[in-house]
Amino acid sequence: MAVIKKKKDKALPAVNTSALPDIVFMLLFFFMVATVMREVDLKVAVNKPQATEIQKLERKSLVTYIYAGAPRQKYQDKFGKAPRIQLNDAFASIDDVQAFVIQEREAKSEEERPMMTMSIKADKSVKMGLITDIKLQLRKAQALKINYSSLQPKNVDALYSSEN
Amino acid sequence: MARNKRAIPEINAGSMADIAFLLLIFYLVTTTMDTDKGINRKLPPYDEELVQDPPPIKERNIFTVLVNSNDQLLVEDEYLEISQLREKAMEFIDNNGDGSCEHCKGYGMSNSSDNPDKAVISLQNDRGTSYGMYVKVQNELVAAYEDLRDQLAEREYGRSYREMDPEEDEEIIKEIKNAYPQKISEAEPLNIGG
Repeated sequence: MAVIKKKKDKALPAVNTSALPDIVFMLLFFFMVATVMREVDLKVAVNKPQATEIQKLERKSLVTYIYAGAPRQKYQDKFGKAPRIQLNDAFASIDDVQAFVIQEREAKSEEERPMMTMSIKADKSVKMGLITDIKLQLRKAQALKINYSSLQPKNVDALYSSEN
Repeated sequence: MARNKRAIPEINAGSMADIAFLLLIFYLVTTTMDTDKGINRKLPPYDEELVQDPPPIKERNIFTVLVNSNDQLLVEDEYLEISQLREKAMEFIDNNGDGSCEHCKGYGMSNSSDNPDKAVISLQNDRGTSYGMYVKVQNELVAAYEDLRDQLAEREYGRSYREMDPEEDEEIIKEIKNAYPQKISEAEPLNIGG
């Protein structure tokens, strides 16, 4: 008969992957633009307070961070549970803050120095005594622009409930 | 020459995707996406000697907010909940006791502030106050000013102050800020029951 028999053992054609690098590069560029380098390895547990009147910190290069909170689980044997300050990657005492701020300011260019902002990232259970000490050190170091790092609450009413 | 006539062999681009994936994964691991937000404040400059004679401020122009080590609020000698603070602060700022503020809608009470220009909020906390509570109080006080500015912008321009563009509406923002200047003063914290 004149029926053309199809070959049954014909292999599937390979999927064309020549556009794959383009797709991956596109993703790569997206991540390079949209993200920032992780600054430090957090050694203190920071559960940020909540607030509604918050502003975004523009220009990351002008922001210097000061962390305060209880040391994380794995550091508690060595450093105890009392809230501590973390500057860069290490625990620090209150007397180090002023030198740290001055050093950070020196690292910036002349015209950027007045715009330097100190971001205080503290746990909400930290007592104000420690924060006040930090603020006094910042005043002594002439770093007067500060920002209390906080989160936007998902539900505004939660702000007024007693357990927060 | 004979060599030049030979076609250049095509570069094998098969591993390009692998290289790109490697870079992509590197960026995924080492970077973060979280945006930093917070309440912006300005600290007063540090001065060794205390100011000799602070300019006298009338008692009615000061709105005292005290927070103790149990995170309780005492506002103008009255125990308050945090949820009532914003309203109280707004009443105080907007009071317009001497009638000089044309845009104010306050009640003009004799025991509250003269006008928004003179009204000062004085905040004092204990060393034992929790940071979370402190930020909440700060937030409410800033919100009181922002709400008043919002109301004024709504009346004058029919727009929300909070949603104005800092570059486009620079003039309007300046004007509204001057109408309700933010005056929050912080006293040295107490140390009772810390």
